[in-house]
Amino acid sequence: MSLTREQMAQRVAQELQDGFYVNLGIGIPTLVANYVPNNMDVMLQSENGLLGMGEFPTEETIDADMINAGKQTVTTVKGASIFSSAESFAMIRGGHVDLTVLGAFEVDVNGNIASWMIPNKLIKGMGGAMDLVAGAENIIVTMTHASKDGESKLLSNCSLPLTGKGCIKKVLTDLAWLEIEDGAFVLKERAPGVSVEEIIEKTQGKLIVPDHVPEMAFA
Amino acid sequence: MAGFDKVVASYEEAMIGLEDGMTVLAGGFGLCGIPENLIAEIKRKGTKGLTVVSNNCGVDGFGLGILLEDKQVRKMVSSYVGENALFEKQLLNGELEVELTPQGTLAEKMRAGGAGIPAFYTATGVGTPVAEGKETKEFNGREYLLEEAIVGDFAIVKGWKADRYGNVIYRHTAQNFNPLAATAGKITVVEVEEIVEIGELDPAHIHTPGIYVDRVVLGTFEKRIEKRTVKTAE
Repeated sequence: MSLTREQMAQRVAQELQDGFYVNLGIGIPTLVANYVPNNMDVMLQSENGLLGMGEFPTEETIDADMINAGKQTVTTVKGASIFSSAESFAMIRGGHVDLTVLGAFEVDVNGNIASWMIPNKLIKGMGGAMDLVAGAENIIVTMTHASKDGESKLLSNCSLPLTGKGCIKKVLTDLAWLEIEDGAFVLKERAPGVSVEEIIEKTQGKLIVPDHVPEMAFA
Repeated sequence: MAGFDKVVASYEEAMIGLEDGMTVLAGGFGLCGIPENLIAEIKRKGTKGLTVVSNNCGVDGFGLGILLEDKQVRKMVSSYVGENALFEKQLLNGELEVELTPQGTLAEKMRAGGAGIPAFYTATGVGTPVAEGKETKEFNGREYLLEEAIVGDFAIVKGWKADRYGNVIYRHTAQNFNPLAATAGKITVVEVEEIVEIGELDPAHIHTPGIYVDRVVLGTFEKRIEKRTVKTAE
């Protein structure tokens, strides 16, 4: 079975470490916040200018001046800080954020990522995505392995305009955990019940399959 | 007006000197911390052919979106747009030009503009459509893009409190692009919720020192929420 969105978030959460500053993109990445282990302190960065994002407010505490990068009303945790957008992207570009998790349309064997623009469709903009992928050392891309029509999104060359060049090393799809090394995807783990054959069939870019590919483990 | 006193009595006075074809930098992220009354004053004045530099372009009927109604904006420089139907329509029929700029690059362009740095190198956008036509250079084995700073004829800024000398503090994440825009306007206008006496604000807590600010005006704010999210009962 392919992973649910919640399982994908759970698998990403296994990569968290105590004391990590983390930037979570919109969609599945946002769900990762629900699976931070209890014995771990993680601080969430929101690129509009907030370090230490908390949960959503109540009707009583909601505040128009307190939002996250998805423009949702939020709260702060104890020990949070708030700053300008230039300061925020200094943290991001300067490599101070320990982990960035974001979605994509396509990734390729050279670590290129396309996530913001589909030609001939309305282009809304890249927001902070280009800065995030260029700045972070440790990025996990979460995406479905193939489109609904079965077209692979793990390619030898991205077909869409790029968000960043050569910056992705880790990809979690609904079928597999892969790492990008020396111009190839390396299959590290597969979703429970998903066969290596299915992953091979749905990966267009060069794929290295080790002798043993363990199933992902969920607590 | 005496000495360092930056306070003006009306929005009309606050925007004196804004002319057709000028570049206006606006603070705000989404609808958070936008100079909503200064935008409304630009709408009232009917100034046209503006280039507006702002992370977003408001929504239909609020924020910068209202400047589209009478086609006052010629060009937007933004990182994310299209939350409004009118914007999409004017873009598609060629009445509006958009220069999409990565959010961090946009922030840094304003910061640099205000700090007297004409351009800077960044890895953001290398190998993407943003890099087209831009000079690149390698530092320590990595490729970087040369991005030029932005200065505006006007900067319009939303603060929380200011003193009469134009020292400003922002409230929560309504800070965002505001202090950056404030540094990069030839004329910087700040609208605030409260004007306090000199000495009331702790000098060490000032976000925007008064040296950057030309005019301060007192306003009341709707503070519309774009995405209202609350905790669900557990």
